[in-house]
Amino acid sequence: MKPAPFEYYAPTSVEEALATLQSLGYDGKVLAGGQSLIPAMNFRMARPAALVDLNKVKELFYIKPTSDGGLAIGTMTRDSVVEKDPLVSERFPIVPYVVKHIAHPQIRNRGTFGGAIAHADPAAQIPALSVALQARFLVRKQGGERWVNAEDFFMGPFMTVLEPEEMLAEVVLPPMAKGSGASYQQVSRQKGGYAQAAVISVVVVDENKRCKDVRVVLFSVGETPILSQTARKILVGNVPTAEAIAEVAEKISKDEVDPGTDIHGTAEYRRHLVKVLVRRGLTEAFERAK
Amino acid sequence: MAGKYVHQSILRLEDPELITGNVQFLDDIELPGMLHAAFKRSDYAHARIKSIDVSEARKLPGVIGVYTAEDFGDYIKPGPLQVPPPTAIKGATYVARTTMPIAKDKVRFAGEPVAIVIAESRYIAEDACDLIYVDYEPLEAVVDLEKALQPGSPLVHEDLPSNEAGHVRQERGSWEEAVKEADLVIKRKFFINRNAGAAMENRGIIVQWDKHAKQMTIWCGTQSVIALRNQTAARLGLFESQVRVITPNTGGGFGPKINTSLPDDVLITYLAMKLDRPIKWVEDRRENFLATTSERDQVHYCELAVKRDGTIVGLKDFFYHNTGAYNPYMMTVPLNSQTHTVTNYRVPNFLTEFYVVFTNQMIVTPVRGAGRQYGVFVMERMLDAAARELGMSPVEIRRKNLLPANAYPYYTSIIGQDFVEGVLDSGDYPTSFQKTLELIEYDKFVNEVQPKLRAQGKKVGIGVACFSEGTGVGPYEGARVTVGGNGKVVVTTGYTSQGQAHYTTFAQIVADQLGVDVKDVKVITGDTGYFGWGAGTFASRGITVAGTATHLAAQKVRQKALKLASKILEAPEEELELADGVVRVADIPSKFISLGDLANLANPMRGTMEPGAEPGLEAVAYYGPPYGATGAGAVGLIIEVDPETMQVSLEKMAFVHDCGTPVNPMVVDGQIHGGIQMGIGDAFYEELIYDENGQLVTASFMDYLFPQATDMPKKLVLGHMETPSPLNPLGIKGVGEAGAIPIPSVFVQAVENALQETGVEFDRDTLSPSRIFTYVQQAKGA
Ligand SMILES: Cc1cc2nc3c(=O)[nH]c(=O)nc-3n(C[C@H](O)[C@H](O)[C@H](O)COP(=O)(O)OP(=O)(O)OC[C@H]3O[C@@H](n4cnc5c(N)ncnc54)[C@H](O)[C@@H]3O)c2cc1C
Repeated sequence: MKPAPFEYYAPTSVEEALATLQSLGYDGKVLAGGQSLIPAMNFRMARPAALVDLNKVKELFYIKPTSDGGLAIGTMTRDSVVEKDPLVSERFPIVPYVVKHIAHPQIRNRGTFGGAIAHADPAAQIPALSVALQARFLVRKQGGERWVNAEDFFMGPFMTVLEPEEMLAEVVLPPMAKGSGASYQQVSRQKGGYAQAAVISVVVVDENKRCKDVRVVLFSVGETPILSQTARKILVGNVPTAEAIAEVAEKISKDEVDPGTDIHGTAEYRRHLVKVLVRRGLTEAFERAK
Repeated sequence: MAGKYVHQSILRLEDPELITGNVQFLDDIELPGMLHAAFKRSDYAHARIKSIDVSEARKLPGVIGVYTAEDFGDYIKPGPLQVPPPTAIKGATYVARTTMPIAKDKVRFAGEPVAIVIAESRYIAEDACDLIYVDYEPLEAVVDLEKALQPGSPLVHEDLPSNEAGHVRQERGSWEEAVKEADLVIKRKFFINRNAGAAMENRGIIVQWDKHAKQMTIWCGTQSVIALRNQTAARLGLFESQVRVITPNTGGGFGPKINTSLPDDVLITYLAMKLDRPIKWVEDRRENFLATTSERDQVHYCELAVKRDGTIVGLKDFFYHNTGAYNPYMMTVPLNSQTHTVTNYRVPNFLTEFYVVFTNQMIVTPVRGAGRQYGVFVMERMLDAAARELGMSPVEIRRKNLLPANAYPYYTSIIGQDFVEGVLDSGDYPTSFQKTLELIEYDKFVNEVQPKLRAQGKKVGIGVACFSEGTGVGPYEGARVTVGGNGKVVVTTGYTSQGQAHYTTFAQIVADQLGVDVKDVKVITGDTGYFGWGAGTFASRGITVAGTATHLAAQKVRQKALKLASKILEAPEEELELADGVVRVADIPSKFISLGDLANLANPMRGTMEPGAEPGLEAVAYYGPPYGATGAGAVGLIIEVDPETMQVSLEKMAFVHDCGTPVNPMVVDGQIHGGIQMGIGDAFYEELIYDENGQLVTASFMDYLFPQATDMPKKLVLGHMETPSPLNPLGIKGVGEAGAIPIPSVFVQAVENALQETGVEFDRDTLSPSRIFTYVQQAKGA
């Protein structure tokens, strides 16, 4: 359980980091909190030729309010900082609640908000959260940058649109709409364990308690976070009755997820969980939206 | 039996140093010029080795050597049996195929070493492993226990006619008669899965050979220093006195560390001599999962013959036991399973029989509980099934059949892991059961709480189970107690410690005998340089066997001190007392002599000594019981199941146990707590899963779930019973494994009870929510 040999770079600015990534090309790999990358290297499942460690790049650690009522989060912001930040809980109460479910305090003290997104583990909370909250990602490379919507970012398990010379720099969360409510539901074998099935629900209701918008994002039951279309089709414009919610839950579990059988649970069980969790999540989110 | 220290919950003397990090664990040890080892391990569970190409690995800078079986010549042969075969059991048959230190010609489980690299660092050693190319011819793997014995199965050991490693049949009375007498015969099949020992600290070893002194020093967190020393000396042609084994502080043992003559100690002792440099190897977690040893799986076919009122008239059990690729530990685990099915309740007739089976999996040797919990599981499950079919409550059927309080000594008619007929020395099972029911508030729960919660749609359930634990078996342990010139006392024993508080409990025993402050007693365990006799840390025998030896040695020292002081103080021995570090005349406290002065006087530098006298205030004593002392107890558990997700929440547990005299009740509680947690792992989380090719798919803590602090019951109440064992002067019985034993039984029963209306019945342990879901679906479909 020792990593294969690798070169190590520790830039102190974004410019320097980008230049290093550019020169390394396919050989380079960003090191953020290291909570996923280092174990993978110790198992020798990952053998990067060179690491570009961002831990000394101070300008990537921040949480800033945006003028529209949202937030901008620097990629290196530790999970535990996001979890405890008063501004985050004020503007996005769902965020610290979801982040708390990631692993254990020691891991959240090292793991980073952006690192989890770049890592794109299909069982990870933050990628799904970013899809649910319609986050936008600032992606930078030497001499250029681009914005990518969370919905377009995840290509498959551990695969994103990032090019080797690119770096995720910032995550922007647009403000929650008026009348919104959110809920997080997950089932894992143990506290701090990866979810066997999980769902983040964000809903918006109008004055008449009709559903204006609904974003149900499932994860750990497919290759990437899954944004449900069914929920939108059935609920938007309607009063979210228990029957309607049950119908959504049923349909999502049948048509929109693709859980596999693994040692901790059968596909059938996990599909069943999706049904239960969507129902519980939507019910709670709509209650909170009132 | 209480004293100033014995039976008192004093704080652990070893904790301040441990907590402040002022201790040395194996991996903290750095020696000048030390090299590091890594193993190239087989990717296949079963394959012939066609060739191994180490040329590239040898070229890597920093690599000192790369060795395969060929390079060791005749040195490579199967290791000695760690436990002899149970020849005391009539008709028992067995074959021994013991551990190969490094695979020759064929690999028999995934993870078996095929080469060892010695390099300047562990990093380089692992890099070199990547450069070793092994050409395998894969063979069909033997994985399924029952298929392994069918004709035509591939063979783990091709020189044997089948994969059968042994067969044992034991009986009392007549099963046929029992069936005739019975109103009902219940039949069930059970599957019991496989668990890891998973100590916090993995295995490891450092070997240093001093070619000038011709001395080998081995640091190793082994559970048996004596076996390691003796087997090493024998293998290398050394005197035992040329090998010293030292156990540094060790982060847990739980069974697997009892093994010796595993690849690491066999190969590294040899290479440290050959290369004339110290070598360190520290097992990583992956290696621990793949290639240390773990516990069994078993398949049981059981029948229980009962009267209509629930009285057991007989039991028949037939089971297969998986011993893995080799069987150096012979039959300890299945014998424990076998005896513990029939020793807690009155079973007038039984016939129990097992086959031990070789498979292409990791070697099976004891892990805490050591097979006992599966005997208990089978019996408890059978009682649950019988209660269900007879319309009785689980409590009633247990009450009916528990051994009564006046049954002791109770002769079990079954030979156990110590090769003698099991005798239950003492106990009071009905009272401990009753106490458990009170602590869990059984009647209130069943009559008031449960109906109310059920009416609210909650799925709450309760379970109760009883267990016994054969502990403290022979052959023997020993201890030396020495009073120094400073008046402080040193205890040395060949017993080893992995966190069980021996530094406190042994000191308590000695302090009471010698009248010294317990803090003035230093305990040294597991260092053959200090004490060279003993068997090892297993079978919950530390305090019963080594503790008793310590007690006896301290008594001898006490006698010596009294005799000498009587002369010096000119007072008869009966008038003397030992207290506060001195021997004094009871009525004239000003007339005393300190133990330190006595110790100096007991070692005169001139003059003569009386014939037959021994110098010093020192004595050695050994203790070996005729048979083990049996602890026992009962457990109750209340759980809630989420009826949709099948997540189980452990609301309350009550655990009553009887280990005779608890030398330190706080330490006993700690053993029970830890055992319970391990039992919860067994019942709910822990599972070594092999796929059909014999690949372990749970080789990290990502996949192998381990119980966490947050998985403990929300409320845990312990109850204590003390029926002193007549087998030893302090009345002690072991408790090291007790906590783990009844948990799977009570857990499945409670889940069943919570889901009563579905009619679900479980035939296995390790009930993940997904598994519960599947069982419930099947029950609904049926
Ligand atoms: C015991 C344990 C339990 C865990 N449980 C959970 C859990 O329940 N849920 C969960 O979501 N996660 C869990 N994790 C994973 C943890 O949250 C990870 O740390 C996180 O997913 C990755 O973040 P990191 O900062 O550690 O990234 P790293 O491990 O440093 O990097 C991960 C990957 O992302 C790339 N990367 C990182 N930052 C950037 C960037 N700015 N630009 C481009 N590429 C980048 C790296 O090159 C690497 O490929 C667990 C980890 C452990 C060790």
